[in-house]
Amino acid sequence: MADTNASPPGGAPPSDGGGAALPGNGWRKEYWKKNLRLMVALLIVWFAVSFGAGILFVEQLNEIVIGGFPLGFWFAQQGSIYTFILLILIYALRMDRLDDEYGVSERNDDGSRS
Amino acid sequence: MSDIQTWALVFVAVTFALYIGIAWRSRVKETKGFFVAEQNIPAVANGAAVAADWMSAASFISMAGLIAFLGSDGSIYLMGWTGGYVLLALLLAPYLRKWGKFTVPEFVGDRFSETVRSVSALVAIIVSFTYVVGQMAGGGIVFSRFLQVEQGAGVAIAAAVIFAYAVFGGMKGITWTQVAQYTVMIVAYLIPAWAVAHTMTGFPVPQISFGEILAELNQISAEFGMPAYTEAFTARPQLDVFLVTLSLMIGTAGLPHVIIRFYTTKTVRGARYSALWALVFIGLLYTTAPAVGAFTKLNLLQGVQGAAVDALPSWVQNWMMTGLVTVGDGVETIGTVSNDPTSGADLIINNDILVLASPEIAGLPAPIVGLVAAGGLAAAMSTAAGLLLVISSSASHDLYFRYVDHNASESRRLLVSRIAMGIAVLVAIYFGINPPAFVAQVVAFAFGLAASTFFPILLLGIFWKRASAAGAVSGMLAGLVFTATYMIYTLPVFGTAANDHIMGISPEGIGAVGAVVNLVVTVIVSLATKPPSHEIQEMVENIRYPAATRRTETSA
Repeated sequence: MADTNASPPGGAPPSDGGGAALPGNGWRKEYWKKNLRLMVALLIVWFAVSFGAGILFVEQLNEIVIGGFPLGFWFAQQGSIYTFILLILIYALRMDRLDDEYGVSERNDDGSRS
Repeated sequence: MSDIQTWALVFVAVTFALYIGIAWRSRVKETKGFFVAEQNIPAVANGAAVAADWMSAASFISMAGLIAFLGSDGSIYLMGWTGGYVLLALLLAPYLRKWGKFTVPEFVGDRFSETVRSVSALVAIIVSFTYVVGQMAGGGIVFSRFLQVEQGAGVAIAAAVIFAYAVFGGMKGITWTQVAQYTVMIVAYLIPAWAVAHTMTGFPVPQISFGEILAELNQISAEFGMPAYTEAFTARPQLDVFLVTLSLMIGTAGLPHVIIRFYTTKTVRGARYSALWALVFIGLLYTTAPAVGAFTKLNLLQGVQGAAVDALPSWVQNWMMTGLVTVGDGVETIGTVSNDPTSGADLIINNDILVLASPEIAGLPAPIVGLVAAGGLAAAMSTAAGLLLVISSSASHDLYFRYVDHNASESRRLLVSRIAMGIAVLVAIYFGINPPAFVAQVVAFAFGLAASTFFPILLLGIFWKRASAAGAVSGMLAGLVFTATYMIYTLPVFGTAANDHIMGISPEGIGAVGAVVNLVVTVIVSLATKPPSHEIQEMVENIRYPAATRRTETSA
């Protein structure tokens, strides 16, 4: 496991240093901001498919019928669940990339993913 | 003994032997194994364990029937009980795993204060107990229906098996049996569903083919004087549908027995992928359930429409013997159908019947019916075990060792945790056999309380460094008191009268409002009090980054 290492996070010397007041911690703000941006984007979709399509606009969408399913009804009983799975998949993949980019992914001593 | 009973007995015996075998292989010697399964569970296995932990007897047996009778508004359960995993995956699981200790109260204790930890431990115990009673009773019902065993004896047998793997294997034993239990329950659910879909539409994927019968279902519903199946807001007003869905989502994300499952993965990354696998596994059942509901409802209505009472389909007559289907006094031909015993309809159908009878409706052989019995038991037992672990860890780890026995050795801690688990099982057996009258209504309490107490302070604790201990205590208590008050006001529990819903908001939906109350109070009180210490702010900073040390050589 990666956390067998003793030194505290952010203690490593900076190669892409941030502000002068917090030497070496600029990457932290950047990493966190990107994480939050991804999170908010995914949560907007989460809200749109469930509360939007499945509840607030369900009656309007029900006017459209596809494959026997009124569309609003389909979102409420099927589509929202598929979208939820997709959202978590996108989150997990994008966070893998972000962790690697900022060097905070969890690695074994030999550098393989733990 | 009928064919069905024989097969049910075979499947139940085989699966129980499997669970006990797994328990023997995963005995633990340390508290880390007992509480968090040595933090060594692969993401896919943990996902299956979360799914089994989460899907209760109610999800397996009752939900399809509930949706069939609610129609479009049954979506509250489908979206509410899956959408919470998006919140868990994005907002809580990775960070709680990085912090990485044993319980949910322990996190809020470290992040806020010891007072918050004690309050949380008590709430976790209450929430889990209200839930576990329903699981025990559910297990007993399966026993009595399929094996003609008396309900009390059924509860005791199921509990004895849970006792075996939960007390000796702790979280490790529970996790691996849950993986097996998920497999049993999903197979038992999908086979009849595919068969029903195939029989009725010629296409075996229920998720797709139930679209074909919706128009027909709407029409026959109208002939029975029921609202159209796909029409929204016939059972609940729109505001209530919105709030119940939100409450179930944030309640799911705040339930301690679900959250602690994410402590068992190897890494933060593992926690993210566990959430993904969990929702894939849950989604498999949750996208099938509305199809099962629609198919069996259509089948049922067509079978009984205008039928004389003595010429009802044979499966209806079979299930009449169990009391799950009843015909009103003096009724000769069926004109109305309901799931509400007080509705006065000609034919009263229990929600559970739609799943339990689905193999017979599809004309499947007796072994499949036996498999459904084993699946129902797997659903009840896996959830009960997860809840019992929360009760045991909160009582021992968060309360007993802090207030009574500060300096307990490792082996003593393990022993006390096992005793706590044993006592919890015994209490659960007692209440499973003698369920308190208000048990159906207190399940609403479990979600409402989890939504209005845990979720907001976990969220603020992780994302807002300024959130203070005073803020969290006030927020939690405000959310708790607000939610409990409204529930007691609207539900006839503890001998109180049931008052009208304010603005059409049902007690199931009030948790979402309680969570907002909690959030607002926590923010206001936090801003008015001293910020948390430097060490705590540093801890919040550290849980944001998966690795303990940054690898500069790989950085961009």
